[in-house]
Amino acid sequence: MFNTNPFDAVTALISTDIQQGYIILMAILVFVGTVLDMMHKKSAKYFALDTEKNNKNAKRSVGTGEKAGIAIAVVANEILTSAEFCNTKRRISHMLTMYGFILFVASTATMIFGWSTDALVANLWHTGALMLCLGGYWFWFFIRVDVNSEGVKWYQLRRADIFIVSLLTTATFALIWSYLQSSGAGAVADMGWTTLFFALFILSNTVLFSTVMWSKFAHMFFKPAAAFQKRVAHADGGNLNLPADYDLSDPAVHARYPDVPMYMGKNPPNMGAGIRREPANHY
Amino acid sequence: MPTFVYMTRCDGCGQCVDICPSDIMHIDKTLRRAYNIEPNMCWECYSCVKACPHHAIDVRGYADFAPLGHSVRVHRDEEKGTIAWRIKFRNGKKDFDLLAPITTKPWGTCIPQLANEAAPADSMRDTQLLYNEPKYVAMNDNALMTLESNGLEIKEGVYY
Repeated sequence: MFNTNPFDAVTALISTDIQQGYIILMAILVFVGTVLDMMHKKSAKYFALDTEKNNKNAKRSVGTGEKAGIAIAVVANEILTSAEFCNTKRRISHMLTMYGFILFVASTATMIFGWSTDALVANLWHTGALMLCLGGYWFWFFIRVDVNSEGVKWYQLRRADIFIVSLLTTATFALIWSYLQSSGAGAVADMGWTTLFFALFILSNTVLFSTVMWSKFAHMFFKPAAAFQKRVAHADGGNLNLPADYDLSDPAVHARYPDVPMYMGKNPPNMGAGIRREPANHY
Repeated sequence: MPTFVYMTRCDGCGQCVDICPSDIMHIDKTLRRAYNIEPNMCWECYSCVKACPHHAIDVRGYADFAPLGHSVRVHRDEEKGTIAWRIKFRNGKKDFDLLAPITTKPWGTCIPQLANEAAPADSMRDTQLLYNEPKYVAMNDNALMTLESNGLEIKEGVYY
């Protein structure tokens, strides 16, 4: 199963041109959906206003070189390793889902456009789907916001779930379809179980890529921009209007805030993680 | 000064929902972002403001406190043991920075060693007073102030 390209058998029923056209259509839907999402939520407008406000608060200007360094840091931290997550479980689940999705999409395109017929690509396709399932089901059953914070049942579906549900069903149906095909349950043209799961796979895949405007799919495009803006605001001293990050061993800070050395000494110790030492889990 | 949430900074982690003693921080069902469902009922404890890991929660001021409109931003640094407040007026000219210790002992160093305490005797268990309470409550000529000594008895509901 893992070494077989599941799309090979589909070619008998659906021509390669149509398959490639479908992939291009999905890419267009993502692009259009993202633009509509930006227009609807006015996120680009807000982003520009926020940047303008941060620039006014800036205490110094950040040079091009420093901005390039910040961009590298954003790629290394926020994009590649999801460092903005405070919750480790959420971070691991997010990375499994993210890398699973990238592997899955990239290997699908590679197989359908015939760039490679290696068993390695089929392996990556299955690995991506498995990673998506692992990270996604972990998120769905244990981490999802309402479930953790408000004691809502895991099976209650809302509009906010379009993304994760269509993502999970896409990966799950893809794996079942591939398994049925490799176990000899029949080709797509046989109209059996294999066909059913292929149809379900295409249906959930279409939902995933066509509902960008209503789902959080577009976050993968604007999240890096927001992370970059946040880091620039920190570097130029604007710091999103937050208080300054004081050095508690600085005599000037002691002189300005005498309560601090009075209660904590001149070199305050590390006070530990405090209430963040354990995740809140009241339900 | 009730709290409100910047939707773009919130990631719906639910820390504020867990910590809010008034149970008015909730997650929006559609957007999966936190919001204060009842600002009028906010106790203004600012637990949510301090706990928010993304600084997504801000404070809405009353006109007498902030006549020009303002922003109040809070940063609670637990590792340093400090809490810093920044109040900035809308005209950008008035800008206060406040810094205060939130604890004088590192976390985990002041856990009561209850296991080392002697177990309470039956007479202590049967009393209407709580553990250690006689030391701290007002005594009336060494007589305990109880419902009985005041001619009262427990009724259903809250009467006294």
